[in-house]
Amino acid sequence: MHELGIVFYIIKDVKQAALDNAVSKVSGVVMNIGEVSTIVPDYLQDCWRWAADKEDLLKGAELKINTIPAVTYCEDCHSEYGTVEHGKICPYCGSEHTYLLRGNEVEIKEIEVPNQ
Amino acid sequence: MRIFEDQNNTKTKLSMTDEVKVIEIKKSIFEDNEKDADALRAELKRKGVFLLNLMSSPGSGKTTTLIQTIGLLKDKLRLAVMEADIDSDVDARKIKEATGIPSIQLHTGGMCHLDAEMTRQGLDHVALDGLDLVILENVGNLVCPAEFDTGSVKNAMILSVPEGHDKPLKYPLMFSICDVVVINKMDVLPYFDFDPEKCKEYVHMRNPKAQVIPICAKTGEGVEVFAQWLEDEVKQWKQQ
Ligand SMILES: Nc1nc2c(ncn2[C@@H]2O[C@H](COP(=O)(O)OP(=O)(O)OP(=O)(O)O)[C@@H](O)[C@H]2O)c(=O)[nH]1
Ligand SMILES: [Mg+2]
Ligand SMILES: [Zn+2]
Ligand SMILES: [Zn+2]
Repeated sequence: MHELGIVFYIIKDVKQAALDNAVSKVSGVVMNIGEVSTIVPDYLQDCWRWAADKEDLLKGAELKINTIPAVTYCEDCHSEYGTVEHGKICPYCGSEHTYLLRGNEVEIKEIEVPNQ
Repeated sequence: MRIFEDQNNTKTKLSMTDEVKVIEIKKSIFEDNEKDADALRAELKRKGVFLLNLMSSPGSGKTTTLIQTIGLLKDKLRLAVMEADIDSDVDARKIKEATGIPSIQLHTGGMCHLDAEMTRQGLDHVALDGLDLVILENVGNLVCPAEFDTGSVKNAMILSVPEGHDKPLKYPLMFSICDVVVINKMDVLPYFDFDPEKCKEYVHMRNPKAQVIPICAKTGEGVEVFAQWLEDEVKQWKQQ
């Protein structure tokens, strides 16, 4: 399953960040996930719970997902529109000369560390 | 707010709220893989070994196409094959039996794609000395193999007629990263409403530079065009 693989990359990066910042416990990880990133947030949560609880650093840590709306840009009429509603074809001028501006992010935004 | 420099020299910011400290990371999870892939590409360049990453949906004809392609190239180039599979070694054995060339099986352990690190681990089991070309048969899947650079010099994919000509619209990223799109199973064209011209048009919407090559891997028809493309690419790259 794709999401499990993604969770392993997240864990690897969070472990590195914890090491760099001399942190021994992480209570939350905040992700920016684009609407058209091919990641299913529910599956990601399930995989996260399973994998994170195996790590001392991450036991019980919450995965928080910020969804980044997908926006497409039209090269012909220079407008921006929602990718999920309209897809590849510009709703303003009917052009196919469009590209994704944002919405395919899979990014670790920040980690939260309990305050002693 | 304090700012820390981590080992990679990327800035991580630390800010305090009531219950938790927040460490800002802002890092794409693909970033490390991209570095690994660039390092692997540079290493393969030094060794003179060209890596082709071949992708498709399950069952589109990767193994059959490879067997035909190897038949045409094995007297011209020294090559090896790496088969990535979730959990079996059927394809590696098939290649070895049909062509006699070295073929190793990579198990991804349930993972639906290969990344650059897994590719490197696989290559450690291939005797690279004196090789010109390694072909990697990626896991059958049109989604995430496109997101993870393997360190390959070129990417190719196979779309088979029964899958329909609108696949480039549904899996834009895969089509945008491929240098070649092979259309396989042309023999069954009469039974499907697959429009090769429309398909080509959709591929070019995603990637105007992609070469589209119709073949029938079963009979070998058209495979010589793909083999020629690959041979030319390897020779050109070796001269660079
Ligand atoms: N009719 C027809 N069948 C083909 C052709 N090429 C391959 N096949 C059949 O399609 C099936 C799958 O072919 P493979 O070469 O194993 O496909 P693959 O992409 O390697 O499959 P996985 O590794 O399982 O993802 C086999 O039954 C092949 O005989 C073709 O050109 N025409
Ligand atoms: Mg195969
Ligand atoms: Zn995957
Ligand atoms: Zn427009």
